[in-house]
Amino acid sequence: MEEATSNTAAAAPQRILRMTGISKRFGAVQALTEVELEIYSGQVVAIVGDNGAGKSTLVKVLAGVHPADDGRIEMQDARVSISSPTDARALGIATVYQDLALCDNLDVVANLWLGHELTYRGRLDEVAMEKQSWKLLRELSAKIPSVRIAVASLSGGQRQTVAIARSLIGEPRIVILDEPTAALGVAQTAEVLNLIERLRERNYGVVLISHNMADVMAVADRIVVLRLGRNNGEFLAAEATSEDIVAAITGATDNAVTRRAATRPVPGTEEP
Amino acid sequence: MSAKVPEPGPEPGTVAADLLDERLIQSAGFGGAVRAFTRRIRGGDLGSLPVVVGLAIIWAVFGIVNPRFLSSINLVNLSMQCAAVGTIAIGVVLVLLLAEIDLSIGSVSGLAAAIVAVGFVGHAWPLWTAVVAAIAAGALIGLFYALLNTRFGVPSFVITLAGLLGILGAQLWVLGKFGSINLPFDSWLVYYAQQLYMPEWLSYAFVAIAVAGYWLAKFLASTKRKAAGLSGVSASALGLRAAGLLVVLGVPVWYLNRSRGVGVMFLSFVALVLIMHFFLSRTRWGRAVFAVGGNVEAARRAGINVRAVAMSVFILCSTFAALGGLMAAGRLAAANQSSGGGDINLNAIAAAVIGGTSLFGGRGSAFSALLGILVIQSISSGLTLVNLDSSLRYMITGAVLLLAVVIDSLSRRSRRAAGRA
Repeated sequence: MEEATSNTAAAAPQRILRMTGISKRFGAVQALTEVELEIYSGQVVAIVGDNGAGKSTLVKVLAGVHPADDGRIEMQDARVSISSPTDARALGIATVYQDLALCDNLDVVANLWLGHELTYRGRLDEVAMEKQSWKLLRELSAKIPSVRIAVASLSGGQRQTVAIARSLIGEPRIVILDEPTAALGVAQTAEVLNLIERLRERNYGVVLISHNMADVMAVADRIVVLRLGRNNGEFLAAEATSEDIVAAITGATDNAVTRRAATRPVPGTEEP
Repeated sequence: MSAKVPEPGPEPGTVAADLLDERLIQSAGFGGAVRAFTRRIRGGDLGSLPVVVGLAIIWAVFGIVNPRFLSSINLVNLSMQCAAVGTIAIGVVLVLLLAEIDLSIGSVSGLAAAIVAVGFVGHAWPLWTAVVAAIAAGALIGLFYALLNTRFGVPSFVITLAGLLGILGAQLWVLGKFGSINLPFDSWLVYYAQQLYMPEWLSYAFVAIAVAGYWLAKFLASTKRKAAGLSGVSASALGLRAAGLLVVLGVPVWYLNRSRGVGVMFLSFVALVLIMHFFLSRTRWGRAVFAVGGNVEAARRAGINVRAVAMSVFILCSTFAALGGLMAAGRLAAANQSSGGGDINLNAIAAAVIGGTSLFGGRGSAFSALLGILVIQSISSGLTLVNLDSSLRYMITGAVLLLAVVIDSLSRRSRRAAGRA
């Protein structure tokens, strides 16, 4: 495994968080074994792996949903413990789950501020919330026509945008995106990838979990491969090819995917 | 998206920040307002329109069949009959917003009536003590339901169905050997529920305060929005709305004043509706109620204490049921084994649904209790005036409830289609 620090972001990336020796068991299943992960500001780190590789478990450890059994988490060289979603939020770790967790019956402003509403003398301060919502959405160049329409009427990409914007409300330092493009069309995927780049420009540490190799290669700076709950390689996106990563994901250089690639060029892999 | 330069922030004197997007259909002026309204109705966002239309039809039909229906004497009676069940319906609106239900509200109201009567008449407690004990009993029942629902995950339908029977038993046990108790006519509870009407000048003063307060609140909100670079309401539109409110409040008050006037009990019911409307729409608690009703998991992940919200709602619902039971006992000047029985349960739930609160949670308003109970009581009063048998009365009320639920389901479907779920 190589020590990788990319310098593609504008400011010099600083390490925000470091996980070492993370292990997690569910009954008889060892979901994570001695996993390591580093998150830098202004950098997108993608976590890839096959189904059951431990991507979601690792993220849930970070988000405080499933505390790790063993291991060490450091933020700026100080050891921290993340034992609940509240802890994670307090440490500035925001998570956008795959199902987005939006309330369809509420409007965009209400969803953005849900659970953290601004108040003025005990009443909701709708004006301040709406104003700041617009500011945030403009900063992300989000294409939301009105913040006073119910979230149900938004497209998949717009809903993803609202969910990501909501994660930024509490001024986090790390934003975790779980399969943000899984349910989106081509144009909407491009919008969300733009949004991820904008998060990087704004110096957040972004953790991207994705099955889609094209998306990962498009936005990630660093790619961490998990296989059967263990680290199985770390790559700089600028230097690695899809074949390298696929090989690391599947755990072998000789397998169905590479054999197929040898006989027939795989679209999208010739260029890099 | 990437080719487009991010839009600049709002500049003073240009379009407000929330109206910048070119895809927004601008609806300026009177024609625009009408078009926006039509679009909303077609999209299934019916609001309180069906109930207002329904009420107008009901009043027109009964007014033609029996002119006494629209007499101010009858309407004063109607308003006083609304108060008790309407208060119970406010609680039903709250539980429906969480997509829960309370089927025991009738029994709780009966138990509250029994506690007041037995305490005040049977044991000669001071009336205040008896009233507080009855309300506390209601709150305790709600707490019990909430604990069962939140700790053990028992569906509220089952809990409160059991409560319907269990609390009816408690009511009979409290009444015990007394059986039926008459409340003395000189007690303030009976006086309040039967005799206490506002003097004419006071009722008009209330109308004036309400209209002025509405105008001032909207004006200040609009000024604040404009100062923040958002769109506000124009002064003329605001004046028009305030004038509309003046008519909507002033005419009924004037008409009721032709007879005994506006009952204080009815006024307290309306005040409770307004208070709950404020809490539902202007506080974090209200926002949390709607969020939990819309998507429990999303609410939980947003850090809302879902259990606490559910607890507060169940407790409030039973407390409102107890309050309604006290009003009903005062109006009847008695409590007996059949207090809170009969159609009270269904009427209160029907009122909330007819008024536009969805059975599916997350959609509704405190005003649906007021509008819904007006419909229910109008039908009941009208059918009594035309001397219809109670068998028909039950059938018609049932049919109206069914109609309201069908409209709720249909508008939910068209909201989905139009993206307004």
